[in-house]
Amino acid sequence: MSTETIAAPVKIKAPREGLFSAKNKRLLYDPLNDNNPITVQVLGICSALAVTVKMKPSIVMAIAVVVVCAFSNVIISIIRNIIPNRIRIIVQLTVVATMVILVDQFLKAFVFDVSKQLSVFVGLIITNCIIMGRLEAFAMANKPWPSLLDGIGNGVGYGVILVIVSMVRELFGSGELMGTRIIPESIYKMGYFNNSLVIMPPMALIVVGIIIWVQRSRNKKLIEAN
Amino acid sequence: MHKDSNKATFLFSSGMVVVIAVMLSVAAIALAPYQAKNIRIEKMRNILTSVAIDAKFIEAEKLFTQYITKQVVLNNKGEEVSGSVTAFDIDLKKEIDKAKTGNQDKQLFPLFICDKEGKSFYIIPVRGKGLWGPIWGYIALEEDMNTISGASFGHKGETPGLGAEIETEKFQNEFTGKKIFDE
Repeated sequence: MSTETIAAPVKIKAPREGLFSAKNKRLLYDPLNDNNPITVQVLGICSALAVTVKMKPSIVMAIAVVVVCAFSNVIISIIRNIIPNRIRIIVQLTVVATMVILVDQFLKAFVFDVSKQLSVFVGLIITNCIIMGRLEAFAMANKPWPSLLDGIGNGVGYGVILVIVSMVRELFGSGELMGTRIIPESIYKMGYFNNSLVIMPPMALIVVGIIIWVQRSRNKKLIEAN
Repeated sequence: MHKDSNKATFLFSSGMVVVIAVMLSVAAIALAPYQAKNIRIEKMRNILTSVAIDAKFIEAEKLFTQYITKQVVLNNKGEEVSGSVTAFDIDLKKEIDKAKTGNQDKQLFPLFICDKEGKSFYIIPVRGKGLWGPIWGYIALEEDMNTISGASFGHKGETPGLGAEIETEKFQNEFTGKKIFDE
């Protein structure tokens, strides 16, 4: 994880600006494309590989990350001025872990079906670099409201990639989408097989690579000078 | 007091630990009864699945008492044991572990007898190792105690699309009609 880059802190000076000013809107929309956490910041790759075999867990995971990312961003932003600098990473980690454990406990008590679906993935949210990355890069230097928007934006940006990758993998790996059969039985009879490689993690890396390739060739801002 | 001084650092971290510990333990204790109930219902659903009864979460408890007419506890020689513990509450993992310490004669095995449409089914719990964690299941035998009428499996955290497929109907249906003994 040490090779992953973390965006430089963005300092926002806001003398009385609207809740959805142009600047704040960019916080929400930028992570969807120009500053996508997976394809541009290259954060959270590990969990993107693990959960994208089927669409259903990917969607639930995306929602969970949006919630945890948004709330931990707000909490860290509120207490950012009293966190001692030397232990700030530990504090961030503790806040994220606490949130995740609470979410997990509530799911187990009240929506057992969903918690069974998620099983190990809930714990994986703690290790998601996007959340830590946004806390360190954004929430530590910004007010709660922009931090909330940044958290939601990055969570959604992560979720979009997750859903696209899982769609490709479920379609070619299992011939299904959301658990319903898409590729008809007659094609299997003609000698078509589900591709088992697509179910394995390396294929997620290849799909993410293709998405990065397509995005960079369409968005000139992302192409480096040389 | 500066926020980066040693004193502030110690105060902040100990304060944070106390606050979070209280929060988490309150949540854990308050929610424990709900979680235990969910786990029991899930077990009932798994048992019912093996005899092809698809129980919704809300009705599982009612259907369980309706169909599972008898619960028996057996020792390792297959004799019926009457004791304080009911078959449903036996922790199969602990019973299997007893064999490792040479306590085979103390092992207890649960057996569930189901009455469905005038026929009896014998449901045997099984348990073993998966790739990432435990897997468990219930095998339902028909009255001849040889033909498998159905099976259901559960797992802790197998890979979706691969190992987790043991939970799908497609895999579980493959067992129906198989014989335990050849002749």
